[in-house]
Amino acid sequence: MEPILKARGLVKRYGKVTALNNCDFDLYPGEILAVIGDNGAGKSSLIKALSGAVKVDEGTIELDGRPMSFVSPLDAREAGIETVYQNLALSPALSIADNMFLGREIRKPGIMGKWFRALDRAEMERRAREKLTELGLMTIQNIGQAVETLSGGQRQGVAVARAAAFGSKVVIMDEPTAALGVKESRRVLELILDVKRRGLPIVLISHNMPHVFEVADRIHVHRLGRRLCVIDPRRHSMSDAVALMTGAMAPEKLNEFA
Amino acid sequence: MATETRGPQGFEAALARNPEAVAEFTQRKSPVQRARQLLHQTPSLVPLIVLVVSISVFGALLGQKFFSAFTLTLILQQVAIVGIVGAAQSLVVLTAGIDLSVGAIMVLSSVIMGQFTFRYGIPAPLSVLCGLAAGAAIGFVNGTLVARMKLPPFIVTLGMWQIVLATNFLYSANETIRAQDISAKAPILQFFGNTFRIGADEAGRGGAVFTYGAVLLIVLVLLIAYVLRQTAWGRHVYAVGDDPDAAELAGVQTRKVLVTVYTLSGLICALAGWVMIGRLGSVSPTAGQFANIESITAVVIGGISLFGGRGSVLGMLFGALIVGVFSLGLKLMGTDPQWTYLLIGVLIIAAVAVDQWIRKAAA
Repeated sequence: MEPILKARGLVKRYGKVTALNNCDFDLYPGEILAVIGDNGAGKSSLIKALSGAVKVDEGTIELDGRPMSFVSPLDAREAGIETVYQNLALSPALSIADNMFLGREIRKPGIMGKWFRALDRAEMERRAREKLTELGLMTIQNIGQAVETLSGGQRQGVAVARAAAFGSKVVIMDEPTAALGVKESRRVLELILDVKRRGLPIVLISHNMPHVFEVADRIHVHRLGRRLCVIDPRRHSMSDAVALMTGAMAPEKLNEFA
Repeated sequence: MATETRGPQGFEAALARNPEAVAEFTQRKSPVQRARQLLHQTPSLVPLIVLVVSISVFGALLGQKFFSAFTLTLILQQVAIVGIVGAAQSLVVLTAGIDLSVGAIMVLSSVIMGQFTFRYGIPAPLSVLCGLAAGAAIGFVNGTLVARMKLPPFIVTLGMWQIVLATNFLYSANETIRAQDISAKAPILQFFGNTFRIGADEAGRGGAVFTYGAVLLIVLVLLIAYVLRQTAWGRHVYAVGDDPDAAELAGVQTRKVLVTVYTLSGLICALAGWVMIGRLGSVSPTAGQFANIESITAVVIGGISLFGGRGSVLGMLFGALIVGVFSLGLKLMGTDPQWTYLLIGVLIIAAVAVDQWIRKAAA
């Protein structure tokens, strides 16, 4: 099977710091790939490269076998890669519906939309409500309320719903459960599995080992700016994974699935 | 070897028994909190209240002299230029920027409209278009420096203010084009100075007097209010002012939004330059020196946050009118004009204090 998202030899330098050092990456169709690594290992840089938020200095990224060169998150989004960023990328003063459709607003049909560029608020709110209900997040009373009035968990829900609603090829989630309570975390994990069942592959970045081992099909261990190895969560313990990513243990095989 | 559970962990079993409702806070809100909530949702309400109160107070003190259609529309005429420039300023301030070059762009555009007509003999409508294009071009340069070079808006427009103003004096050779010449040869330059009356008496006195410039102000503000609220571009202006990094990641083309905002600001300032010819009658390179400070005053009193992303252009209109009401009201009462400046200074500080207080509603 060919990877749906493949990166080879990615290099990203910030001044003297090398964040990505000849890094490889593979995501296969329909799987959940967890990316784990110590702080400063370059996970975020890898994710930003894949989602178009940073431009790599060297290396290639292929989506569905086609070479991609992302210069902005908009390019990656148009190619079908949706990302939930750690800081959520929401605009506090705008409403939930406005945020979900930011950058891909729906205009009214007919003259009002075509000539006066009027937004179809009713339709956007209807679809936003539908998505949030699907995720069991409709404890939010008013879809028109500003995001800044929501709790941290609700904001996370809005960001996840946005990615799940629009991702067509790949969904990338950077620490989606970091700010959540037990119950909301459970919802997000169920949502991740739900998205997988619909056939979308997911890249999950997380520090939470129980969550990673629960949902991941494969685990990409990131260390010192590159892929150290890929392990099978069914054949390793969480302590093995922690040992690998901190350098306490050397990997036996670079890829257990090869 | 530690024991590890794969899948939901033991303690999560408790979730099955919990009620579905999440924490609900049915805290009773005091009237003050509710008022704050309301003001947070409709930021133009504060300046509207202040405007109505100040009109009522001056109306009560001065009676018919102030509270007549003639005087009230006179205020509208007097704030037309500041209001139009304020609309440009509002767009820029909503993106968390500031435009100090608005007044200079306005003057240079009006000088270009006049000089092109009288020095080169270009047909007046074409000169007007050249003036508008020049304003938009200067705005485009501002926007490019802010968005692509990532220079602070304050510095960019501070520099541009000096550059444009100096260009204005060098190009015009400090020469004024007289009103008689304009009305004889190119009356279109004075177009926005034309007036019409509603409800005047037989002798043609009294009643509401509207200049076309005042009408333009109202139409422009309503148009911008519609664009900001009802179009994707308008929402993006707010998103960029709120949190540019988040907007960028969420798929807003932040640089494009900034460049269009500054370009539009320049174009609107040029339009204000055209209105200014109508108001003064003549083309004067020394006019409109304080338009930048006056427009920022209108924006701040109108409740638009200088930190970006909050406020409405309608609030700016109310802010400009408040200043107009105070100026004319105090003048009719025969006080020293310094009292006007003093009171406007108080209003500015009060407006920002109210803005900070309202923001707490969100927290």
